[in-house]
Amino acid sequence: MSRQATSTDGHNIDRDRLVDLYRTMRRIRAFEEAAEKASITGQVGGAVHLSIGQEAIAAGVCANLRQTDQITTTHRGHGHCIAKGTDPGAMMLELFGKEGGTCGGKGGSMHIADFEVGMLGANGVVAAGLPIAVGAAHGAKLMGEDRVVVCFFGDGAINRGPFMEALNWATVFKLSVLFVCEQNGFASTTHSDAVTGGGGANARAESLGLEAHTVDGNDVAAVDALVADLIPRIRGGSGPMFLSANTYRLKGHTSMDPALYRDQDQAAAQWDVDPLIRAADELRRLGLADSDLAAIDSAATGEMSRVSEAADAADTPALEHAFADIQDVGAPVWEAQS
Amino acid sequence: MSTMSIISYQEAARQAVAEEMRRDKRVWALGEDLGRGGVFGQYKGLVEEFGPERIADTPISEATIMGASVGAALVGTRPVVEMRFADFALCAVDEMVNQAAKARFMFGGQARVPMVIRQPSGMWRSSAAQHSQSLEAWYTHIPGLVVAAPYTPADNKGLLKSAIRCDDPVIYIEHKANWDLEGEVPDDDDYLVPLGPARLAREGADITLVTWSKMVGEAEQAALLAAEQGIDIEIIDLRTLWPWDQEMVFASVAKTKRLMVVHEAVQVGGFGAEIAATVAEHMAHVLVAPIRRLGAPRAPISYAKPLEDLLRITPEKIVALASEQMAV
Repeated sequence: MSRQATSTDGHNIDRDRLVDLYRTMRRIRAFEEAAEKASITGQVGGAVHLSIGQEAIAAGVCANLRQTDQITTTHRGHGHCIAKGTDPGAMMLELFGKEGGTCGGKGGSMHIADFEVGMLGANGVVAAGLPIAVGAAHGAKLMGEDRVVVCFFGDGAINRGPFMEALNWATVFKLSVLFVCEQNGFASTTHSDAVTGGGGANARAESLGLEAHTVDGNDVAAVDALVADLIPRIRGGSGPMFLSANTYRLKGHTSMDPALYRDQDQAAAQWDVDPLIRAADELRRLGLADSDLAAIDSAATGEMSRVSEAADAADTPALEHAFADIQDVGAPVWEAQS
Repeated sequence: MSTMSIISYQEAARQAVAEEMRRDKRVWALGEDLGRGGVFGQYKGLVEEFGPERIADTPISEATIMGASVGAALVGTRPVVEMRFADFALCAVDEMVNQAAKARFMFGGQARVPMVIRQPSGMWRSSAAQHSQSLEAWYTHIPGLVVAAPYTPADNKGLLKSAIRCDDPVIYIEHKANWDLEGEVPDDDDYLVPLGPARLAREGADITLVTWSKMVGEAEQAALLAAEQGIDIEIIDLRTLWPWDQEMVFASVAKTKRLMVVHEAVQVGGFGAEIAATVAEHMAHVLVAPIRRLGAPRAPISYAKPLEDLLRITPEKIVALASEQMAV
């Protein structure tokens, strides 16, 4: 049942919609570049896993969700958060470990969550988001709500047991989940192909009873068009579906990883099919002026440079927060040091 | 005053789940074979009353039973997770330790994870090394988790109801050899035993014996034997291991000036070590004898009965240790 979605060239996307998608992608890119910079300077302490090159998937999928729909994401999840509506200012504060961060500075990049917009959490454990996503959908079913849950993960996740368990579970309980596998080619610093047997993600999904699709994940209009078709069907009770989005991780595993383990010419060539360049080309073809594109770009860069500056200037969390929100029964007692 | 019935440990738990499901429609239970009453019959009749959506038969997918429960709890339901055997919960440790226990904290308090993780534990019917373990100490080590291990039928009802109403993830350890143990249990639908306070199972003057789960029964038998030797043992049934009732233990030790801790789990790294160390740190000056621990040898549990029996904590072993303490 695998289908190849039409490419951008093959269908007519509304220009205003593509502008919106492009703006989301550009904001994600600008956020990631600001985060990368802050990581290199040491202002951001922990590991930062950049989604540079994968923005079209986040933007194209989340543009088709309601605020009440929910997502789970991974250690490489900044883009999904922004696309779902999380405030980048709060996200950057979180990366800097500051007061006012999405999680009060207690989670950092890998644990961003924003329940207000249906962002149920990034995760530091590969594939751990899949069971959580099916559980969120299971909860919606029990409560009679017509929410859709989108579960983002990478091709590295398909070799963990919870991948199989969660897909099977979603089929068995006929849950409203869209599994989105971002095929960026790498499982951490190892080529995914070298460690994946059989027919890959879609073959596994189909064997577990899911309708599986493939899309060019660097073509935001194609992602948008396909997901626009899938989400209403899932919401209508079709059961879970699976989407493989082919993309490329333009950066290393973390901001500190030069990714020397890959063919450097091949990696360099991938910058030519950068989803942002492709979307900008399409917008020009649709008649958008270069100055309009430049205005979107500079607005995004300006926004993220402001959130970085604000995060740098913000206060660290009050020390007692280290002992808050652990548990109601048997919580540790905070004794202020004199 | 509320009426009482004599019911089993298993029936007490079954009533607890049924009452809480009637009271709160967000409560549901999931696990393997629940529709047929659960592997020990502790869910008997519940699918008939609540239907297969709320008494959910799941695939044998422990990681996803646990992980899906985390997701379902994060969005506002209150899952009762059946792990069948505590040993099988080890297939779901990431979901318990990295997800359930930490989501509230990592997300800055945006969400709670109200779930009860039932883990039938302990030696029962020659079940060998993968169906007999007592692993409660592992979970006491994890910030975010509450750990309960009831012994009496009344506590199994009241504590399980409290666990279901609790907004924290609760590791709930029931002893498999206790399922048929009968006792008086209040009929009251709102009978709750709070998580935390211990139960004074027997008053005594000479030695404080701290224990939990099925070992409370062994301790009670030991106390009767010890009484024949003129040793008067006070027994504290901890009931909840995290948080544990330091106040009751300290008060008892202040009186008896002697402490023994007894548990079925392996002694090395067992929760008895935490109790012994805490008492030593705070009360060494009042003790008239060294603190003693009694747990299983650090060996996997054998199948063959005589070998399995070597690892059991018996009333005789407890009495022997009590005599040694009194001889100091």
